[in-house]
Amino acid sequence: MHFPILSYIVFLPLAGGLLILFTPKKNTALIKGIATAVTAAGLALSILLLLKFDYSNSAIQFEEMASWIPSINVSYHLGIDGLSVGLIVLTTFLSFLACIGSFGIATRQKEYFFLYLLLSTGMLGTFAALDLVLFYVLWEIVLVPMYFLIGIWGGPRKEYAAIKFFIYTLAGSVFMLLGILALYFTSNPHTFNILDLGKTAGALALGSQILIFIAFYLGFAVKVPVFPFHTWLPDAHVEAPTPISVLLAGVLLKMGGYGFFRISFPLLKDAAHYFALPFAILGMINIVYGALVAMAQTDFKKMVAYSSVSHMGFVMLGLASMTVTGFNGALLEMINHGMITGGMFFLVGVLYDRAHTRELDKFGGLGVKMPVYAGILTVFTLASLGLPGLSGFISEFMSLLGTYPVFRTITIVSVTGLIVTAGYFLYMLQRVLLGPLNVKWAGILDINKRELFTLIPIMILVIVIGIYPLSALKYQISSIEALIQKIGGMSF
Amino acid sequence: MSIIDNINFVMPEITLFGFALGILVLSLFIRNKFAMGAIALAAVVTASLCLPRAGNSGAGLFFNMLSPDPFGLFFKEICLFITGIAILVSMGYKALKEESIGEYYFLLLNAAIAMLLAASSDNLLMIYISLEMLSLVSYILVAFLKHDPMSSEGALKYFLFGALSTGIMLYGISLAYGIFGTLDLSSISQIISSGNVNPLSGSIILVLILAGLCFKCALVPFHMWAPDAYEGAPTAITAFISAGPKAIGFAVLLRVFTNNFSGLYADWPTLVMLISIFTMTIGNVIAISQTNIKRMLAYSSIAQAGYMLIGFVVGTASGTEGLLYYIFAYALMNLGAFGCVVLISNSIKSDSIEDYSGLYKNDPVPAFMLSVFLLSLAGIPPLAGFVGKFLVFAAAVQAKFIVLAVAGAVNSVVAAYYYMRIIKYMYLDEPKAVVFAERSVPIQIAMMIVMAGVLIAGLYPSLFLGWITSSRF
Repeated sequence: MHFPILSYIVFLPLAGGLLILFTPKKNTALIKGIATAVTAAGLALSILLLLKFDYSNSAIQFEEMASWIPSINVSYHLGIDGLSVGLIVLTTFLSFLACIGSFGIATRQKEYFFLYLLLSTGMLGTFAALDLVLFYVLWEIVLVPMYFLIGIWGGPRKEYAAIKFFIYTLAGSVFMLLGILALYFTSNPHTFNILDLGKTAGALALGSQILIFIAFYLGFAVKVPVFPFHTWLPDAHVEAPTPISVLLAGVLLKMGGYGFFRISFPLLKDAAHYFALPFAILGMINIVYGALVAMAQTDFKKMVAYSSVSHMGFVMLGLASMTVTGFNGALLEMINHGMITGGMFFLVGVLYDRAHTRELDKFGGLGVKMPVYAGILTVFTLASLGLPGLSGFISEFMSLLGTYPVFRTITIVSVTGLIVTAGYFLYMLQRVLLGPLNVKWAGILDINKRELFTLIPIMILVIVIGIYPLSALKYQISSIEALIQKIGGMSF
Repeated sequence: MSIIDNINFVMPEITLFGFALGILVLSLFIRNKFAMGAIALAAVVTASLCLPRAGNSGAGLFFNMLSPDPFGLFFKEICLFITGIAILVSMGYKALKEESIGEYYFLLLNAAIAMLLAASSDNLLMIYISLEMLSLVSYILVAFLKHDPMSSEGALKYFLFGALSTGIMLYGISLAYGIFGTLDLSSISQIISSGNVNPLSGSIILVLILAGLCFKCALVPFHMWAPDAYEGAPTAITAFISAGPKAIGFAVLLRVFTNNFSGLYADWPTLVMLISIFTMTIGNVIAISQTNIKRMLAYSSIAQAGYMLIGFVVGTASGTEGLLYYIFAYALMNLGAFGCVVLISNSIKSDSIEDYSGLYKNDPVPAFMLSVFLLSLAGIPPLAGFVGKFLVFAAAVQAKFIVLAVAGAVNSVVAAYYYMRIIKYMYLDEPKAVVFAERSVPIQIAMMIVMAGVLIAGLYPSLFLGWITSSRF
């Protein structure tokens, strides 16, 4: 196959963004049209990718390679396997929906959509890159548009949130850069090619592996975010405009988790075994601590933000297990969390657009006034707290199941996080939808068609994956099995 | 080869000097910033056309005073480019008065001559003379806004520091002459490699010469002049001295230490490593609290010199390559940043960072370009500054200077904060007042050239890497 489909998926948004730069500022309809068309085309291409993807094959597919900086062996190298195909589809899917959700942006639309599309290219490229330098470049490209998107269109403390996000992530990634360089110089022959590095993995002494692992860990852990690097997340999520919160929670956090799957674990497998226990403990802290803090929030959006911290703990836990079930659970959790929490942020945005407040205590009885909204919110809340039959349950269960034989106590403690999660989500539902109607919201309108359009597709997928998990799992199973075999984990 | 044959090699210098004299005479009749600038630009273009091809015969010219190596040629190309951009920026710089514009370009062209000579000097005396010529011209250029007390103060500080540190360096050179009996670098190199040098006297020479060069590159602890001189000088000159003399300082540093004194230098990487770490840390930390953009960029360029020094500390071939690439990238982005400062100060009549608020609305083109240059200085890919940082960090990791690499990495994060702060004012804040944006064609042309350079050097570094590799020793 010679049609470079991955390059199109990655760079189509950028091309659209450049086109937007040349459209007149006043013509917002055209700008929105271009952005929607480009993200829709990206989604269509990625669905085509999914259809053509051979999920019984664990090898890299749709590979593209061209020389970029030959003197230091840097190449333009894209390709996907079961680890990344789901994340690519998730990204194009959420990019498209969040683009529609961005129609409400009222100021500086031209800059907004340009930055939005640039962000899209960075995120997609990170999941498709197979060269460490290319990976780093695309990873860093995400920072700049995100800084502006939070800083210009965000809430009251947007400047603080934007610079905090920027500095935290940059601090993590410069160490990752040193890790990349160390990997390059310790490999023989020197290469930045992730696949080649994976073949010679394990030749490195444990001491060097540990150092390099830590360097990469700093880069990825800030993005995930793992306790104690999570403090940028509530600020950034709360201040960002709704569609950007969706992408932050839905895609950006997954870049960190994906980094573990693609780079840290396969390339530094001895160090990964060495750090399995700390990973499990950190995962447990994320789950329990995130849930407890979420319980204490009075701001709807902040509560959802901390629920992300808690949910990403399941990814860490699943990774720590080094079992096929745990890894499958962790990867699926990333996709499920992306959809569920993305949807939750949309729902918070719907309420905020009408009420201009997110204080949970100020709502009440909205179920009567907004019946459709109430129904959708309930579905997403139940999915988020892990109700069987919805997608969140499957991945959390798998990650706990995979970890149980390895770290028994930690798994048991982590499960208590699920109880707290159920607690704060139901408490939220009670405060927003049930109880006596706050007269202030007597005239509130129910969800409109555009908002429904952004939520219904996610809801369908959440239910489909919940009822028939293999529909999503089948794409990743063979790659996960190959990965576990390579790093010497349990094939349980 | 006779001296007459050698003349060809200094054709660029002769051309520049001819044009410079012509400008001085013409300035009796014409006092137009633009016309004079055009002549000066023509001088630079002609000089670059006369640049000798890199036919490295290895033989020294003018009794081994100059060496026709590709290394020197690399710096000549860079210096002529810097001068050309500085002239274009000067042509559109409003604060520059036209009454003495002839002298201004005369001095600028003379600075270029000094840089060209320094780049290929292969004799300590020749190095001293050309550096001193460059310094003297720079002092006057910094003081060029003679009715502005800031300008005079900056120049005075520059002069005092310069006089002190060149004095120290000259003392080192005189000791070298006493010990080695020659000032010719390649002869000294042979004496050093034969191993008959007293380590103590060798170290004294090394430290004294290093001190003089630290001043030229504005490295800690000889950096104190830079903020005052950069802030006081006409901004076009700030752009010039932040790029040109600094590049030449590194050229001499490489030629003297990496190429010829490597035997002596072998004991000293720790000292230079500390200089590097202190330079970037002090530069970055002090830059955070600045309220004037020129002063902030002054501290930023001190910090940038600290990153460049990483390549020198490592001392390997890849370190030198990284350093050369960094100098190239730094010249592009620093000229760009100061050029944008000139464009913006033409419109808003201020260099205060607070007055940059809402520039995206008032003056969108310079605001956008300045953001790109600042992001490049911060080392965000895919811009030129990132590739420079990448290459020097790579050299440090390869040579196992892990502390240095980590210090550089941490510093880039600190630096990102103050670069982003400018961008915050320009894009996140709303304008205080509506100002009328003034467009200056020559500066815009210069900025487009530099911008293209920053993007290409970042996206496709291979285009320049071959040139860099063939230019190192």
